[in-house]
Amino acid sequence: MSMNREGRPTKPDSAGEAGEAQTWTGNRALMLEEPLIFEMDEDIGTGVDFDEAPKVASRLGGLERNRPIGIPGLSEPQAVRHYTRLSRQNYAIDLGLFPLGSCTMKHNPRLNERMARLPGFADIHPLQPVDTVQGALELIAELGGWLVKLTGMHSVAMSPKAGAHGELCGLLAIRAALEARGDAREVILVPESAHGTNPATAAFVGYRVESIPANERGRVDLDALKGRLGPDVAAVMITNPNTCGLFEPDMIAISEAVHAAGGLVYCDGANFNAIVGRVRPGDLGIDAMHINLHKTFSTPHGGGGPGSGPVVFSEALTPFAPLPFVEQQGDHFVLVEEETAGEHHASSFGRMTAFHGQMGMFTRALSYILSHGADGLRQVSGDAVLNANYILRSLEDVLEAPFGESGPCMHEALFSDKGFAEGLSTLDLAKGLIDEGFHPMTMYFPLVVHGAMLVEPTETESKAALDQFIGALRSVAERAKAGDESLKAAPVHAPRRRLDETQAARKPVLVWKPPVQAEAAE
Amino acid sequence: MLRTIGAPSVEDLFVDVPEAARLATKIDGLPDHASELAVERRLSAMARRNLAAGEVPFFLGCGAYKHHIPASVDHLIQRGEFLTSYTPYQPEIAQGTLQALFEFQTQVARLYGCDVANASMYDGSTACWEAIGMARRITRRTKAILSGGLHPHYVSVAKTMARFTGDLLETSVPDLSPEPDTARLLDEIDSDTSCVVVQYPDILGRIGDLSELAERAHAAGALLIAVVTEPVALGLLRAPGEMGADIVVGEGQSIGVGLNFGGPYVGLFATRDKYVRQMPGRLAGETVDAEGKRGFVLTLSTREQHIRREKATSNICTNSGLCALAFSVHMTLLGEAGLRQLATLNHAKAVQAAERLAKVPGVELVSETFFNEFTVRLSTEARPVVRTLADRGILGGVSLGRLYPGAEALENGLVVAVTETSTDEDVEALAGALEEILA
Repeated sequence: MSMNREGRPTKPDSAGEAGEAQTWTGNRALMLEEPLIFEMDEDIGTGVDFDEAPKVASRLGGLERNRPIGIPGLSEPQAVRHYTRLSRQNYAIDLGLFPLGSCTMKHNPRLNERMARLPGFADIHPLQPVDTVQGALELIAELGGWLVKLTGMHSVAMSPKAGAHGELCGLLAIRAALEARGDAREVILVPESAHGTNPATAAFVGYRVESIPANERGRVDLDALKGRLGPDVAAVMITNPNTCGLFEPDMIAISEAVHAAGGLVYCDGANFNAIVGRVRPGDLGIDAMHINLHKTFSTPHGGGGPGSGPVVFSEALTPFAPLPFVEQQGDHFVLVEEETAGEHHASSFGRMTAFHGQMGMFTRALSYILSHGADGLRQVSGDAVLNANYILRSLEDVLEAPFGESGPCMHEALFSDKGFAEGLSTLDLAKGLIDEGFHPMTMYFPLVVHGAMLVEPTETESKAALDQFIGALRSVAERAKAGDESLKAAPVHAPRRRLDETQAARKPVLVWKPPVQAEAAE
Repeated sequence: MLRTIGAPSVEDLFVDVPEAARLATKIDGLPDHASELAVERRLSAMARRNLAAGEVPFFLGCGAYKHHIPASVDHLIQRGEFLTSYTPYQPEIAQGTLQALFEFQTQVARLYGCDVANASMYDGSTACWEAIGMARRITRRTKAILSGGLHPHYVSVAKTMARFTGDLLETSVPDLSPEPDTARLLDEIDSDTSCVVVQYPDILGRIGDLSELAERAHAAGALLIAVVTEPVALGLLRAPGEMGADIVVGEGQSIGVGLNFGGPYVGLFATRDKYVRQMPGRLAGETVDAEGKRGFVLTLSTREQHIRREKATSNICTNSGLCALAFSVHMTLLGEAGLRQLATLNHAKAVQAAERLAKVPGVELVSETFFNEFTVRLSTEARPVVRTLADRGILGGVSLGRLYPGAEALENGLVVAVTETSTDEDVEALAGALEEILA
């Protein structure tokens, strides 16, 4: 019997171009279009089984719902498919290098996830008697101890919920400390290159924000700062390493000058990953600094949180730290709340969230810290800085590095759009990078550099991964410089082409409405 | 790599750090790295020193509730594309997160009976404070009247912030009475009032009609803010937005998130269309791409700190994205029908438990109305009773002494939450233990 040699072709023929044709579903193989849950015809009631409820006389006071809510229900297989399909339209660290400057998108170890889900941590109530949560309090105390030692500070407030909440915590303590000495100051100085949260937080606490300029080396202009200091300046908010990816070499002098003028120094710790295990902010004269556990200590970003923003304090600010906090008394851990604070903590500025902070993030962060240890954490910052400098030096011939001359960068490399062809921008380059299979870097930040591109590789990436990224970025940058107009259409391979953000803001559609209702609203 | 960089060693990359602050070696006094197994052992030992809610008869509520969460919720939020993605600033490669947030916003708005909702806040207490600030911006007034039934920790958060923002807060401690303090609130509304803040159901579990409060607040040019700490209640109860609340905020933890010793949780925030530009936090909105296909983006960011800096509506940046996703997945599995069943089951079990406990000598039911949480007055101080119950392996509720230290009139009060996770045996165990302890 002879073999049939004319069956399934094993090589694509030239008609493969037909792949561009529209499909009936709108899907493109693994790229699946997914409707909103409100648009599915599959509302089956509920995907959850319940026991029969016993019949009782209602105690709801006659306030029962009398109108439908309008929330569809899917079965488990439908729901699993819906969210799995959606997930596939996301870029993620698990898929590749995520060079978002100032965001520290490092690998999220899965041991952390397992630890956070232990019932002894995940299934305890914040108001249980403290004798039944000794292990949880111990964990908070131990993590706090690490953070204090790693930063060389005096104490730590664990309750802030994210970085910006931590900034708020720091500034509230500063304001409380100044008020306690009868010193009403009105101004917070913030470098031009600061994160937007810094001025927003300062204003929220009731301060007037003034900007201090950067020098030509991308650092705080020390003379300008000294010239502005005075009895009205409550504090300086400084990011170190700063948002240009550079260490502030005058940091000690800055702190001394601020302290001499009666002010305090707040440090935005978003970039702590660059110096962990090598530099202790306490040695730089800092009075308060938040630490983003979701950056340096690898808790997942989760598509925009939850984060966690513990704040470390100098001795001067410690009495003003928020409630509640954990204190060790012999073998026993106590939770110091309003009632137990007593005179010892009478100057605390109070409570800033309902409970004790982001326990789920604490567990993950401690798991990461114990895994790395003092030696491993030092290697983290070393590798992160090594990777960033490798990117900086590998690309500075094709992309302008505005501060490349001034020496090594820290954990992130900063480039500008100088030399791009007329009409092509940082945005076009970023979108081109999407087609290459990478998440873009942070764009147009810091504001002090034109068309800024801030690249933070983190210690996660291998040399091979960095070379792949460098190759892609080099290619796109060369296209931008050569005036390749096709970049303006990028991305063409993503689940969506460029989205119209102007329309979204002009006529906001923030919730789904059934088509008839939506038309009527026009 | 060092050759490309032109540096002799990694240490040389840190030349900008002042010599005095540069550590030559690792930090002293901290242990070195450990294996996965060793870390797991260490943390598991700590976890075992806690009494997990699922192990014992459990009746704690007051802002955090134990509910059954379907297994698929945790599975889905652990997909790396959700877990390890960033805030969706690059919408072309973040449609998954953005569509899920758009669905979440719609679910929350409908649940609360409001026009729009945001993409989440840190938790209920910070959402509550942000709502008070938003009312100040809208009304240009600074006096906020807080119900005595508002969670005391939410009140504390508001007090902390008000000290620095100049808001005037009228606060009070609740009475151990059958009805919420609606009458007092109605009396206090005046032409300086920016908002009235009322919890529904309140901290003692009591449920009050919000309609009259809304009318009176509006007549005085003020806003009504409703705070919901137990979203499951809205499976049965009329939505605050339907009764005229202008801003509805609350805790979403009950749906999808779990207890987690207080965090991370998810703050819900909804309001009327006309106030959307005064709203804090991120918003996902619908738009189209260059080919006309529908897609979603973060929008109205001109309210936010990264654009507006010191003029932003809030300093919030990272919020509670993954918890919002968990909420939304759980809500999608429940659907309206399931939410209603869940709420019905909670209410029925709570009613039965309240009736059972009221038969214990020395226990008197205080709350006339309630959903899945009610207050009882014990014949003795409740706080030591809660400790004794814990010693017997029963987590029996939250004593008002814990929440209102020093308030003698409240010290016999115990707030008991009963959800679908509580069995008849659990209730019997609590009732039996109380009979012995109070005898």
